Order: sequence, then C-alpha cells, then structure tokens
Amino acid sequence: MEFTLRTFIFYGFALTTIASALVVVTVRNIVHAAFSLMVTLFGVAGLYVFLQADFLAATQVIVYVGGILVLILFGVMMTSGRLEMRIHIERGQLLLGGVVALALLMLLLTVIANTPAWKNLTDDGTELPPTTERIGELILNGPFLLPFEVVSVLLLVALIGATLISRKEVRDE
Amino acid sequence: MSDFRAMLAGFPNFNASESFFPNINLQDGLNWAEEFIQNVVLPRLPEAVASHFPVELGTVLVMFGCAGIFVAVVPLLPLVLVLAERKVAARFQNRTGPMRVGPWGVLQTLADGVKLLFKEDFIPPQGDKFLFLLAPYVIFACSFAVFAAIPFGQNILVSDFNIGIFYIMAISSVIVMGVIMAGWSSNSKWSLLGSLRSAAQIVSYEIPLGLSILTVVMLVESLSMSEIVASQSNGVFSWLIFRTPFTFIAFFIFFISGIAEVNRTPFDLPEAESEIVAGFHTEYSGMRFALFFIAEYANMFAVSAIAVTLFLGGWEGALPGYDIIGGLPGFVIKTLALVFLMMWLRWTLPRLRVDQLMNLCWKYFIPIAFFNILGTGIWGLIFPEDTLVSTGISCAIIYIGLIAAYKMAGRTFAERPAPQPS
Repeated sequence: MEFTLRTFIFYGFALTTIASALVVVTVRNIVHAAFSLMVTLFGVAGLYVFLQADFLAATQVIVYVGGILVLILFGVMMTSGRLEMRIHIERGQLLLGGVVALALLMLLLTVIANTPAWKNLTDDGTELPPTTERIGELILNGPFLLPFEVVSVLLLVALIGATLISRKEVRDE
Repeated sequence: MSDFRAMLAGFPNFNASESFFPNINLQDGLNWAEEFIQNVVLPRLPEAVASHFPVELGTVLVMFGCAGIFVAVVPLLPLVLVLAERKVAARFQNRTGPMRVGPWGVLQTLADGVKLLFKEDFIPPQGDKFLFLLAPYVIFACSFAVFAAIPFGQNILVSDFNIGIFYIMAISSVIVMGVIMAGWSSNSKWSLLGSLRSAAQIVSYEIPLGLSILTVVMLVESLSMSEIVASQSNGVFSWLIFRTPFTFIAFFIFFISGIAEVNRTPFDLPEAESEIVAGFHTEYSGMRFALFFIAEYANMFAVSAIAVTLFLGGWEGALPGYDIIGGLPGFVIKTLALVFLMMWLRWTLPRLRVDQLMNLCWKYFIPIAFFNILGTGIWGLIFPEDTLVSTGISCAIIYIGLIAAYKMAGRTFAERPAPQPS
C-alpha cells in the first residue's frame, strides 16, 4: 500500500477516535469522559469526511458535539456533586455485557469483511459528488419521505412534552 | 433584475476589487505548490529519497501557510475593535476614552496586549489543570476555523466548501464546549454559573439562527457561501434581505440571535459583571484571558461577516457591474457597519434577565422563524424566478410593514400612561 499523506491523516483520525473512545470508558471522572467523547465524535466526523460524506460530518458535529454532549454535561453538572464514579459490577452484569460486546464485535467484523470498497477510505482517487443534494432528494422527494415525516412528528411530540413538563404550574386560587 | 443589468451593460465595466487585489485562491496555490515540488524539488533530491517523497507535503505547507496568515491577521481585528469599542463607548457616554498611549490613544490596545503577555499566568490550584489550560485553545481554534469558509472577496476565500454555511454552524456550535470546559475546570461558582448560562443561551439561540439561515438556503438552493454571494450579484435589490419580506425579518432574527451567540450586551448574562464577576473566564489571567478576548472579538466580526454574506450581498456591490460597496473593501465596510451596530446596542440597552432571554428566544424568535420558512416556501412557489416584479412586490411589502410597525410602536408608546411620582 502506498503511504500517502491522506493515509497518514486517515490513520491519525482513526487512532484519535479509538484512543479517546478508550479514555471515555476507562476514566473515572465523568466530566473528563464527556470531554473525551467530544474528541471521539470529532474523530468520527473526520472519518465521515474521508468517506466523502461532508454533510453527515457537519451534522455529526452540530448534533452530537453542539447538542447532545452539551446536554450530557448539563446533566452531570446539575445533578451530581460526585464526579468520581466507582461502579460496582455484578458477575451477571459482566456476563451479559460480555455477550452483548461479543455480538457487536461479530456484527462489526461481518460488516467490515463484506464491505467491498474499503480502500476508498484511504484512496485519493476520483472525488465523489457532494452529498447534500442527494440526501435532500432522498428525504423529501424519495423513498425516505415517510420515515422522515414520522421522525418529525415524534420530535414535535417530544418538544411539546418537554414544554408541558417544564412550564410553570398554574394554580387555581 | 436582468433588465436592469442589460441597461447598465453599455457603461464601462470597471471592477475595483479585481484591479486592486490579486486574484488568488487556495486551489491555485495548492496546484502551484505541487508543481513546484514535482518540477523543482524532486529532480534535485537523491533517487532513494525522491521515490518516497510525499508530494502532498506542498499541499500541507500551503494549508499551514493559509492558517498562519489567518492566525497572524485575525488577532489584529480585536486590536482595532477593542479600541473602537472603547472609543464608541466613550462617545456614547460623553467621554474621550483612552487618550494617553499614542495619538488619540490608538496604541492603547497594543499596550494592554503587551501588559497581558507579561502578567502572571495563574492556574487555580483546586481546579482541573489540564482542562483549564485546554479551554482557551478550544474556543480560539473554533472561532478561527469559522473564518475558513467566509468569502472576503472574489476568490479571497480559503476553502469553498460545498456545505459552507453548515460547516460554519457546526464549528461555531463547538465553542460552547470550550465555554463549559473553562467554566467547569476553574472550580469556581462564578465560572460554572457563567458557563451554564452561556451554554443554555447558545444552544437556545442556535435554533432561530439556523432557521433564519434556512430561509436563505431555500432561496439560493445551495449551502455554499460563494454561491450564496453569487446569487446576490445584481445590485442592492438582489441582496437576499430585500428579495422577500420573510428574509427581511430573517435578517433581524439572525443578527439579534448572533449577538446572543457571541454573548454581548443585551445578552451578556454569561459574563454579567454585576452578578457573576466575569462569568466563565473569571479565573483566567494573562495571555489566556487575552485569548478569550481575541476569540470574542473575532466571533463578533465573524457573525457580522456571515450576516453580510447571507443577507447583504457579501462582497458584491450595490450596483450591478459597479463596485460601489463591493470587493474586499466593500465587504469590510459592510461588516464593520454591523459591528458598530453591535457596539451601539451594547452601550444603549440594559441586560436582559434569564427568563426574558428565554422568552424572547422560545416564544418570539422560534415561532417567527418557522413562519418565515413557511412564507419563504410559499414565496418560492409563487415567484420561482427572482424578477423585477417579485423584488418590487417584496420591497413594497417591506416598506408598508415598516410604516405599520412604526405607527403601531408610536401608538403603544402614546397610550402608555406617564409614570406618576409615588
């Protein structure tokens, strides 16, 4: 395999992603884990760029880093005073977790083995066309219209529910 | 608008930006660097090295060069803007502002910068040292990464992303992580309160901001910044702010949400001096504090530049074919006008309360922004092409709307009972 700059950057992203993901699951301090998760999510966004999925990469950053991760940090800072986590793990949980992890590993390995265009990740061959337009066509004018609308309604319900829960109590006096 | 353009086509077409500023874009530079390495560097290297030489090294060098130029030039902006802010504040309060260092105090910011460089870099012993040191860089890097997608003039654009404006939104949403990092790692109540306020504010105001951008994207049918500018090339009435009445409203929502995003008065709760000292950067001193400051003013400039690009024609001039306020100078003038507007608001309006802040965002801006999207969609169905008729109707509606708003505002003020001494 030719070792170009592109491969170098790709492996940089891949290593960053894996290393920070390891930090997320091993570190005891939850806030450190959350910030490490930020690096992981960024790394995944970088890998999306290598897959020529620019729109997906930006969406990844905007939704996960700018939205969900902020929410996680909010939750951690507002709720618990204790930041050090010492979780007691039962043997049964360990067994169940091991089985799930093994199943996930098998699934991923199958997908990796069955992906034919794997070298696209590191090849700097022909550039694929931008994805934004195709995603828009598929979602709003194609086969994914119904799932998209269902998800929109679901989110609207969640939004209204959140408003209902957080609104001020109106007392009858 | 094309008739207007044809009418002016007879006049000599002189474009100031093209004659004064070289037409350089990044791709040319990259190609040049690669050719340079292929033709000049490689033949001179020994065979064993040349066969393994990474040709793309030139690309990386040019990228680093571009980044270097930005990191060198953009901090000059705060140097000017901080002084401008102090002078504007002084004029608003009938003072003279800094007058001692240099003529009319123009070197004051430089002196302050040098002072900050030499100050002690204090790190709170009870805080989280690693995150405390990291936080300013996260904010700084994200504020600077935004500039990569802003077209300052024809071809004066670091990278013409296909997803330009979406990239800007994504990168600027990461700034909030830096703010939280700074607030939490300081291990101080003021810092934590400030960062939580900031996070809540930024996450909330990102929604009307994004929805306002969406109206523009719907009209242009592209996320690329250069295409957004290119669609406004027919003079002042083709600027997106006048294209439909809805984008006119969207501009104001975008700009006000933008002020909230950069935490400036009247939305400066995250750094409210009278309540929480200085918010998330209370514990920072010396150069790290200066980094926050540079990032804040760079953000201010970036938000104005994005507003200009999206709604006020970008680097395109006010008359088709003529560079009245076009090119790089025109772009900077328009952007600085918006920056001045921000300063004007800062020294005129009092700070909002948290509940007022959230009310404004969730009860007014977001519904209006959704209405804008609906309206823009309907407008696009009625007028699929941007013609003289559609622009005329749009400007008429905007004019009538402004008059009506003025009359209504006048009436509410007139009906309000005069305050009685108690």
